Amino acid sequence: MREFSIVGKSVAKVDALPLVLGKPLFTDDIELKGMLHARILWSSYAHAKIRNIDTSAAEALTGVRAVLCYKNVPRVIHTEAGQSWPEASPYDTVLFDNKVRYVGDRVAVVAAESEEIATRALGLIKVDYEPLPAILDPEMAMDEDAPVIHDEPDCRYLIPVFYDPKHNHLAHIDLDVGDFERGIKEADFVTEHKFKTHYEQHCALEPHTCICYFDPTGRLVIRTSTQVPFHVRRIVAQCLQIPERMISVIKPRVGGGFGSKQEVVIEHVCAALTMRTTRPVRLAYTREEVFVSSRTRHPMVMWAKAGVKKDGALSAIYLRVLSNAGPYGSHGMTVLSNTCAKALPLYRCDNIKWIGDTVYTNLLRGGAYRGYGVTQASFPMGVMMDEMANAIGMDPVDFWKMNTIRKGDTSPIFTALSETGRGVEMIVESCSLPECIEKGAEIFGWKEKRKRYKYQPDGPIKLGVGMSCIVQGGTVPLVDMAAASAKMNEDGSFNLLVGAADIGTGADTVLAQIFAETLSIPIDDVILHSTDTDITPYDKGAYASSTTYLSGMAVLKTAEKIKEQILRVAADMIGEPEGDLVVKNKAVVSSKSGKVLQFSQIIRSALYNRNQFQIAATASSLSKVPPQTFAAHFAEVAVDTETGQVKVISYVAAVDCGTAINPKLAEGQAEGAIVNGISYALTEEFFFDNVGRTLNPSFESYKIFSALDIPKIRVILVPSFEPTGPYGAKTLGEVNINGPLPTISNAISQAVGVRLCETPFTPERVLKALKGK
Amino acid sequence: MKKEIEFTINGEKRKLAVNTKDLLLDVIRKDLGLTGTKYACGTGECGACTILMEEKPVLSCLMLAVMADKKNITTIEGIGTDKNPHPLQEAFVQAGAVQCGYCTPGMVLSAKALLDKNPNPTEVDIKRAIGGHLCRCTGYVKIIEAIQLAAKRMRR
Repeated sequence: MREFSIVGKSVAKVDALPLVLGKPLFTDDIELKGMLHARILWSSYAHAKIRNIDTSAAEALTGVRAVLCYKNVPRVIHTEAGQSWPEASPYDTVLFDNKVRYVGDRVAVVAAESEEIATRALGLIKVDYEPLPAILDPEMAMDEDAPVIHDEPDCRYLIPVFYDPKHNHLAHIDLDVGDFERGIKEADFVTEHKFKTHYEQHCALEPHTCICYFDPTGRLVIRTSTQVPFHVRRIVAQCLQIPERMISVIKPRVGGGFGSKQEVVIEHVCAALTMRTTRPVRLAYTREEVFVSSRTRHPMVMWAKAGVKKDGALSAIYLRVLSNAGPYGSHGMTVLSNTCAKALPLYRCDNIKWIGDTVYTNLLRGGAYRGYGVTQASFPMGVMMDEMANAIGMDPVDFWKMNTIRKGDTSPIFTALSETGRGVEMIVESCSLPECIEKGAEIFGWKEKRKRYKYQPDGPIKLGVGMSCIVQGGTVPLVDMAAASAKMNEDGSFNLLVGAADIGTGADTVLAQIFAETLSIPIDDVILHSTDTDITPYDKGAYASSTTYLSGMAVLKTAEKIKEQILRVAADMIGEPEGDLVVKNKAVVSSKSGKVLQFSQIIRSALYNRNQFQIAATASSLSKVPPQTFAAHFAEVAVDTETGQVKVISYVAAVDCGTAINPKLAEGQAEGAIVNGISYALTEEFFFDNVGRTLNPSFESYKIFSALDIPKIRVILVPSFEPTGPYGAKTLGEVNINGPLPTISNAISQAVGVRLCETPFTPERVLKALKGK
Repeated sequence: MKKEIEFTINGEKRKLAVNTKDLLLDVIRKDLGLTGTKYACGTGECGACTILMEEKPVLSCLMLAVMADKKNITTIEGIGTDKNPHPLQEAFVQAGAVQCGYCTPGMVLSAKALLDKNPNPTEVDIKRAIGGHLCRCTGYVKIIEAIQLAAKRMRR
């Protein structure tokens, strides 16, 4: 494999020093003169008509500058999902409606001279609700007598897909490959379960925060903590009915996203207040508001069945998915699609039947969450693989190796389905999954531990190991587009402008590395700017595991165009053909004459002396295929049979992300996703009362892992080379969050011989399962 | 009701009239403009608002500003600069312990309090010292490595 100078090196993250020094980098770290503070009034009913709102007392309060509700804001139906246009989510949302659809729905907003006054004003708003029956169970959403959550006549999709809001039916997709019934008949062993996965909140440490103001020319500036600056500009323009040219969106440093900020959660509300008051307005969620009124991972009910032959060949897979979108449909259909499109190509199986439905309910709002449906589907699939391997007496390591996709393979699912509709033809051109399985198993000590735990120690603590393999296709093919621009400065440095949204992932660093590698310059000579919709070119944003792959390719192409211009100028200066020249160490070197021209000499000539022009370029990249990122996960658990508590002792992940542009950042992505995944599997859980109120919207009662809870974690990067990616890179953001659910369930099964098919694996569920044994 | 308080922050003596109900976090961020101290939960459950008071980590979102009277306070801005970062800040950068960076200031300050007291901490000591801090990006692995790296360098 080719040796690179900067790619493949763990250079320090370009923004790490200012961050660790505590510099004012985040949305909320500025204070504008005359800034108003906004607070939102939330619905206290799960489902109700609003007969009337009386805002007069709130408006009369000294210091209140605006109160917005359905009465004084135009009704523009849209989706808040930050997706490429036309969005693959239904238009079922308005800024303020005369109906509420969950406890935590937006009713009104106040802007006032202080947060305290705004909060006091909320208490003065009188809302006359007419409560309606609510749907709190997704399995009852499509019943004939179920209340209709979206009875407004104008809700619709922009794209031609199934939609039946009268039955709360947000999406239906199905897929048949081969002959499932025949596959099951041919099987020597069949497994079948009903699985359930639960709600999860992203818990990005920075809450949703937005500051809007008019610049001196009267354009609206939106400074916001977002993953999707360009989608924010488009959707806010749509909601406020003003042209995009009147809006500039600035994304400063973002304190984590994980999908929760792939939406217009608050920007349109904040912008509407600035439009109304002409004043700067700050709108920032509290932690409780983040829990209840931002987004969550869609909970799913899944009916799954699979068959295997004695020789270990998978003969049939069936997966029926019922996804709960909550009250609005953003990402409801696309997350559903991915339970098939991005999860099932992993398996070498000719007979696959998949049925997917998404429904509306009056519980929390679903949205994008790292893994995006693949996390949910990986659970039943990973569990069934383990059961089948054990039933036919094969080591899961061998079984997974035998039944997972390889380099040179295709899957009928690639062509049949993508996130947004029909898929694309694709052959897997890079895959080190077999090596991931082998290396992971070796480092984990799979064979020894599996053998050792066949004989359990006396006492209440039982030990077990489990494994599973996971995949995540990156990008939405033929939809996702990213661009970059660059120009050369007099000292031979470059301004690199990317629309890509670094939300803490290290994207800026990785993109700067790709640029520096292509032009043979030190990374310090790349002055990267992301993201300002006035300055940086379009990029769809930080989602679908795509920035390294897609934005990286745009950066690579931009750098190549710049290189061509540099070589052309240099050829003219030295009087030698361009073909004899190469860039090396921030200079152009002639392979014939050995002459050297520094970049600074070249750009000075171009700017001041001969055939003057600015060396600059823009390039775009469209995703043609979804590159497949793989991983093999291994977990060792201790189950306390008296308390039901599950503790993960050690965890190994072997990951194939193609070339790791920055190995340390890549490991960090994997480690973060793994801990989030384990925390989701064991402790994180929302509780609701019988009228749909969230009972635990705080870190105190919604338990995410701290440093004290983590197991010993080991991440191994097992390279492959993806020919369609920049320097062989694939994607990495999401895949590793898909592993912990099946891997830990499999380990529990070995330890105590019970199969947990409902998440999270809390002491209560484990004890209940042990009792039923 | 306003009350005048006197305190030392990042080595500088300050006098300030604050409302008796003002939170220390808000005064640090808004009145003093030290925005490295972060709000993330407001209920003392995540550690993002951690500052050092008399060299001990405290949660500024749970304290009234008047409680800073006569106290010595250190925020993230007070322990290092671009040219001369604290060894912990350097180690966080080098170890890849900074992802989004939102929890970082609080983590660094708790780690500083630990290393000032215990220059040779075990992994468990480190986990305990940052056990009250939540981070959703890193999985804590590289944060622990960074603190170990800084401890090693500071011992030299």
